[in-house]
Amino acid sequence: MTTQNLVLGQADRPRPVRPRKRGRSTPYLLVIPACGILILALGYPLVWQFITSMQRFGLSQQFGQPPEFVWFDNYVTLFTDPYMWTVVARSLAFCLVTAAVTMAIGTLMALLMNAVHTAVRITLQISMLLAWAMPVVAAMTVWNWLIDWRRGVLNSVLTGMGLDFQNHNWLANPLSFFFVAMVIVVWMSVPFVAFSIFAGLTQVSTEVLEAAQLDGATLSQRLRFIIVPIIRPVLAIILLLQVIWDLRVFTQIRLLQDVGSIASETNLLGTYIYQLGVGSSDFAMASAVSIFVLVLTVALSWFYVRSMLKEDES
Amino acid sequence: MTSTVYSSGQSTGVNALQAGSRPRPSDPPTRRPGSRGGNRRFRPGRIALGVVGIVVSLIWVFPVYWMLNSSLLPNVVLQSTTPTWLPFGGSLDNFVAVFSGGTFLPALGMSTAIAIITVVFCLFFAFLGALAISRFRFRGRKAFVLAVLLIQMLPAEGLFIAQYKLMGSLNMLNSIVGVSIIYIAAVVPFTIWMLRGFVAGVPADLEEAGMIDGLSRTQAFMRITFPLLAPGLVASGVYAFLQAWNEFTVALVLLQDNSSQTLPLWLRGFIQASASRATDWGQVMAASTMVAIPVIIFFLFVQGRMTSGLVSGAVKG
Repeated sequence: MTTQNLVLGQADRPRPVRPRKRGRSTPYLLVIPACGILILALGYPLVWQFITSMQRFGLSQQFGQPPEFVWFDNYVTLFTDPYMWTVVARSLAFCLVTAAVTMAIGTLMALLMNAVHTAVRITLQISMLLAWAMPVVAAMTVWNWLIDWRRGVLNSVLTGMGLDFQNHNWLANPLSFFFVAMVIVVWMSVPFVAFSIFAGLTQVSTEVLEAAQLDGATLSQRLRFIIVPIIRPVLAIILLLQVIWDLRVFTQIRLLQDVGSIASETNLLGTYIYQLGVGSSDFAMASAVSIFVLVLTVALSWFYVRSMLKEDES
Repeated sequence: MTSTVYSSGQSTGVNALQAGSRPRPSDPPTRRPGSRGGNRRFRPGRIALGVVGIVVSLIWVFPVYWMLNSSLLPNVVLQSTTPTWLPFGGSLDNFVAVFSGGTFLPALGMSTAIAIITVVFCLFFAFLGALAISRFRFRGRKAFVLAVLLIQMLPAEGLFIAQYKLMGSLNMLNSIVGVSIIYIAAVVPFTIWMLRGFVAGVPADLEEAGMIDGLSRTQAFMRITFPLLAPGLVASGVYAFLQAWNEFTVALVLLQDNSSQTLPLWLRGFIQASASRATDWGQVMAASTMVAIPVIIFFLFVQGRMTSGLVSGAVKG
């Protein structure tokens, strides 16, 4: 393992020319630009947001009135507001269902890619790559056109199949709105899942599988005792990333809301913050919700970050 | 690159059994001549799976196909109740109309400027950072790596209100520089992580050998390490470009002025308009195609590297 030897070698053996001889300040000089921009664009806003979330900061403060410090009042208001809980529950439900569906379809796609002839596999890979590569806003315009209630191809096909979908508006009902959003998010995220799991599957040697088959292991036994244990680390990390990404989903929801649905019935955490901050200029409450989202994300990300840290140490 | 190194070094029990006998992990089982499984391809189950595979690919690619198809058809055809499945008799009129519409070029200019600034600064900052964490052991290194990894996970939605206030107070709302600053900060962490792998992949011994042969440290770096890093820099640059080019959330908040829209915001205008009045979907799809094509080309180029960066450690292949 060259990486490890390289790093360890640096620590163990004194070499004629070492980077350290340049002085201990070199690495610090190297990280200054990155740290500087991170502090300006993320660090400062983070601190501002934390302070503001404990102030009364609304429209009148926008016009120069000094904000009043209220400690955790905003959080109390927030967590006693049933609407906030509705949004939280909706976000969690959307995130978990979408992540589960993405994982299920992604795994099936990976197994399919592993089982079919090379030509079919390449066809599958190309079409998934194209879906994956689509910029999110371009993808949203296309999906809005597909489900357009007047001339959308989805309604014409369903009507052609004998179902009554003439002028059916998919975004009017919140449940159907979220179903559409889920289909779009799944369409965009399955390729990443499928490719990563497929990469994991190529680690499973065919010789071992064939040996197991000769010894009389059934398909489900081979799946459970050979394939799953080998790809488990990949599955875990991808599931985690999907949950984190689906929790923060904003663009798709916002752009579906644009086409016409009642925002308050379809808000998830991201769009709720947007509505509070940009829509009604209640920066204190928007900050409080943001801090909540950040805490949630950091808590979820912790496992991912820990596994990446291990990778760094190796 | 670390991920390729691992597959040979870290043998699990299973890998050890067949080490050396396996041709290449990506080779599908059927390609191996003379093996027991060689006649598998004639099994009916396999053909059925192949059919399923083709159908699934067609469904998956359909939205992309529909975008291209609609972009070539005139609005009259698109307004009919029966869909036109193939763009026979299509033309590039929609593209011409979008291009000469007057709003596309300013948005293109805005997006290009922001993407270029982001790529240049991000690469420079991230390269220095990657050098620091992969070539030096220093106090605070672990904290820096931890910060890089954590920041990379922070959602834009959790910070955009504060960033909006920050740019407001700096008088940089609706400005190219303001958005670029946020983008650089958003992309730098992952780019550092990506480049770290590349820098670690170039042995320091190589550089030292050059120095023993009489090159100065800078010369050794420029002549030996830098050329070897070029592919990594290109891949990271493309990644940063794609992020800046596609970004929607921060742009939506920071660029509220109609005269300073990036391409995603410009496209969003079409979606909004479709809610209230009859939309010329042919032109909207032409617009989407124009935004998507460069992205798709760049993406295909950088895809493999991005995936291995995200799940490196878990995928060893």
